[in-house]
Amino acid sequence: MIHTDMVCPFCGCLCDDIVVETEGNAVVRVDNACTLGTHKLMNASMDRLKGPIMRDGAGWRDATYDEAIEYAAGVLLDADRPLLYGWSSTQGEAQGLGVSMAELLGGVIDSTTSVCHGPSILAIQEVGHPGCTLGQVKNRADLIVYWGCNPTEAHPRHMSRYTTYADGFFLQNSFRERKLIVVDIRKTETASIADEFVQITPGGDYAVFSALRAIVRGRGDVVPPTVAGVTKEQLERIAEMCKSAKFGAFFFGVGLTMAPGRYKNVRNAIELVDELNRYTKWTLTPLRGHYNVYGSNEVFTWMTGYPYAVDFSRQIAFYNPGETTAVDILARKECDACLIVASDPGAHFPRKCLEHLTSIPTVLIDPARTVTTPLCRCQIPTAVTGIDASGTAYRMDGVPIHVKTFLDLGYPTDTEVIGRIFEKVQEVRHP
Amino acid sequence: MSELLVKNAYVIDPINRIDGEVMDIAVRDGRIVEDVGPKATVIDAEGCLTLPGGVDSHTHVCGTKVNFGRYMSPEDMRAGREARRGVKHATSGYSVPTTYANSYRYAVMGYTTLLEGAMAPLEARHTHEEFSATPLQDMMANTLFDGNWGVMNAIRDGDQDRVAEIVGWTLSAVKGFGIKLTNPGGTEAWGFGKNLTCINDEVPNFGVTPIEIIQAMIRACETLRLPHSVHLHCNNLGNPGNYACTLGTFNQIPDLNEKRQTLYATHVQFHSYGGSDWKTFCSKAEPVAYTVNNRPQIVIDMGQVMFGKTTTMTADGPMEFNLYRLHHDKWSNHDVELETGSGIIPVFYRRKNLVNSIMWAIGLELALLVKNPWQCMLTTDNPNGAPFVKYPEIIALLMSKKYRDAEFATVHPDTGSKVVLPALDRELDWNEIAVMTRAGQAKALGITGIGKGHLGLGAEADIAIYPIRVGEVDPAQEYGKVIDAFSRTKYTIKRGRPVTRDGEILVHGENTTIWVDPKMGPGHDIGHDAEFVKMFDRYYSVRMSNYPVQDEYLKRSLRMETEAVF
Repeated sequence: MIHTDMVCPFCGCLCDDIVVETEGNAVVRVDNACTLGTHKLMNASMDRLKGPIMRDGAGWRDATYDEAIEYAAGVLLDADRPLLYGWSSTQGEAQGLGVSMAELLGGVIDSTTSVCHGPSILAIQEVGHPGCTLGQVKNRADLIVYWGCNPTEAHPRHMSRYTTYADGFFLQNSFRERKLIVVDIRKTETASIADEFVQITPGGDYAVFSALRAIVRGRGDVVPPTVAGVTKEQLERIAEMCKSAKFGAFFFGVGLTMAPGRYKNVRNAIELVDELNRYTKWTLTPLRGHYNVYGSNEVFTWMTGYPYAVDFSRQIAFYNPGETTAVDILARKECDACLIVASDPGAHFPRKCLEHLTSIPTVLIDPARTVTTPLCRCQIPTAVTGIDASGTAYRMDGVPIHVKTFLDLGYPTDTEVIGRIFEKVQEVRHP
Repeated sequence: MSELLVKNAYVIDPINRIDGEVMDIAVRDGRIVEDVGPKATVIDAEGCLTLPGGVDSHTHVCGTKVNFGRYMSPEDMRAGREARRGVKHATSGYSVPTTYANSYRYAVMGYTTLLEGAMAPLEARHTHEEFSATPLQDMMANTLFDGNWGVMNAIRDGDQDRVAEIVGWTLSAVKGFGIKLTNPGGTEAWGFGKNLTCINDEVPNFGVTPIEIIQAMIRACETLRLPHSVHLHCNNLGNPGNYACTLGTFNQIPDLNEKRQTLYATHVQFHSYGGSDWKTFCSKAEPVAYTVNNRPQIVIDMGQVMFGKTTTMTADGPMEFNLYRLHHDKWSNHDVELETGSGIIPVFYRRKNLVNSIMWAIGLELALLVKNPWQCMLTTDNPNGAPFVKYPEIIALLMSKKYRDAEFATVHPDTGSKVVLPALDRELDWNEIAVMTRAGQAKALGITGIGKGHLGLGAEADIAIYPIRVGEVDPAQEYGKVIDAFSRTKYTIKRGRPVTRDGEILVHGENTTIWVDPKMGPGHDIGHDAEFVKMFDRYYSVRMSNYPVQDEYLKRSLRMETEAVF
């Protein structure tokens, strides 16, 4: 059976033109997706748990969904300061339930944002965000900048769908008519096709932005001959390219947000884009990783007012990244239970945090065995959004897309499992 | 079967010409009926002012730019925090509160139906998601067509039917309510960093002018028999001297509908500016109101500015960038491919600022100078002029010359020479306030037929009981009591169920989303038109099949079907 216009649940590009061919419950062919997406879709059944598992001494035992859900609810109800973490690879409906549950429990809810584009959000909260939808870039942009990111390997269709290779209304032959600037600390695959590759010394982003802003403002005289390894000549050339573009689109990744300077780097980038808008049109877009990490920011925001790291322990929504972010709470050994949904902190968090995770009752809701599995006391497998579960996801530019399903493997969805845990919690906690 | 009896209500229901009659209101299963049985729940209104539930025909409470206003403003969130209690969720935010906070605060003020003023079709799903988290009001979304490529191409080609076909298809697809035009053509120009100055400038690359867009969309609106008229945010918002552009627009609006206006002009305060720069800036409310008085085909809303902190947000992207260059705080922008754009900046309106003081006066002048209250709606263009929680103060300002004078004494001392407000003696009465806050809004939206904005038999039992006895209060003198009463109902009843009592939230409700589905008949299905499909394939970044909003996004859906007449 052939399923057309399916949505790829891998990265923040949320490509929605995927063709999947299935025979029974096997995927036999995937068209249009990139290598990463194809791998996820083709291996829809790989590594997935058959059912919930729970710790049994040093080993594991199988459990029923009823039992695992009961356990998860009990753990959360017993906790003084539960942490509900993850949420980037699941549907918006599940994220909404997560927020309501955290509120009722007086817990903390955080998404993987706090370890990827959290600094971008902090910068946006200081100076705003001149952005646009990706189709706007495709149709109009004659200059693209990728800074601290490598879409060729991390967002493989970004350039063919939205930028370098994507023909648009005002650019009939985009590859010839568009210029590409890549800024990074090393020559990546993406850099190899750039019109200008700017190699900066690690930690030099902030200085380079400041120099560019000075040049754009007509104060090039204050810029020294080299800035963070970049010559003034190249900076002046780039500034001129930026000012003379009809429409410039700036994209950046965790290479910028997690480099020294962090959110100040992003703030400087946004202010450069603001400055360029006085001459021509410029927009800026964070390259979001997980396919629905932006959705978690959106859902959290309309429900609580804050995009991530929301602490309900005072009954109000309290937000203070650095204090209420998952890594900080774990490092301080503050939480006494953790529910992890659709993410893999075991592969990304500092060792100190993982040690704490193993010392408290940690429940993982995830379709597959991951690096986080060994750290948990219970894992509940669910359907994968975009494969055997449907739901809402937000693309990196804020466009909400309905993610569809092409298989039925009999797993409950995240929304169903979290909904059932929430029901149990409500039986005890609701007034 | 649920039954409710509201006894001893002092009712003002302008649509049914009831102006101050003490009566009982019977409700069965969410609708107003002749009478109910002895087992009905009884609420004693104790002679208090009782009105149909409030309707806000122009507010920004849900959707991409509203949520981005929250996202970029943790400082605003800290201003409105309340703890979770009972069925009530925790709330945050003052000028752009969370969905729950919006819903609770509107409910406490007696509002039961809201129209989100601007929804980009491509991102409609987001608006509907937020609607489902707005528990206590029925919701509608006007849909943005100001920079729609398909529409502009059809207008350029002189194909009026095609304009209507695209609008009809889009409204059905995104489950929108009516047509919104924000700075028509200007948002497309902003795609390359430009703007248009007024209605006769040509939209770059598309060969059409704003007035052509406005007129074609008005005709399409009538072809599709939409309940609401075109909802227009005029070109050239916020600039000194822009009243001429506003009048130029108003003077070219045909009168095409006997039942309602042909044009709803939004936040006209922002479009009634005289002078040639900020130094000569002054009010031109008089000529604008005079024009409205002579054109029954136009309804306006005030867009009242109130002093204090707020967040401005509009699909008028270039205007927001200009505002950012004046305020230097922070700026967000979000252009939407093939359709529209938007911008957001925080603003503080100051009494000490002459321009802000004049803006404050202009909104009030418009409401006092427009003779017919059915032609002027009470709004702040929430949150652009002020957060909606300021409505009670605006009501009091309109009812009391004394209050206006007291406030006027506190604004910038030079304001007097720039406005006519001190010379206006008119004081609106309770009935006029009821028109401007519910009856007139429901009529302008075309939703009285589905039982909104009135308390006649069969109407939705959306009722607001305010803790004030009309006969015992002189609003012209005791304006403080008016403010208090409109700030917090004694009861707000939604679909026959009390949802607030003395400011307390009683239930976690479920709203109805009202949307319009024009049936176009054979030969008018643009969804299968080769050119239209090609435009989608080539230039949108989502597939056409993934564009429409699925039914499951509307928890409770009220579909208003219309029959297009080409």
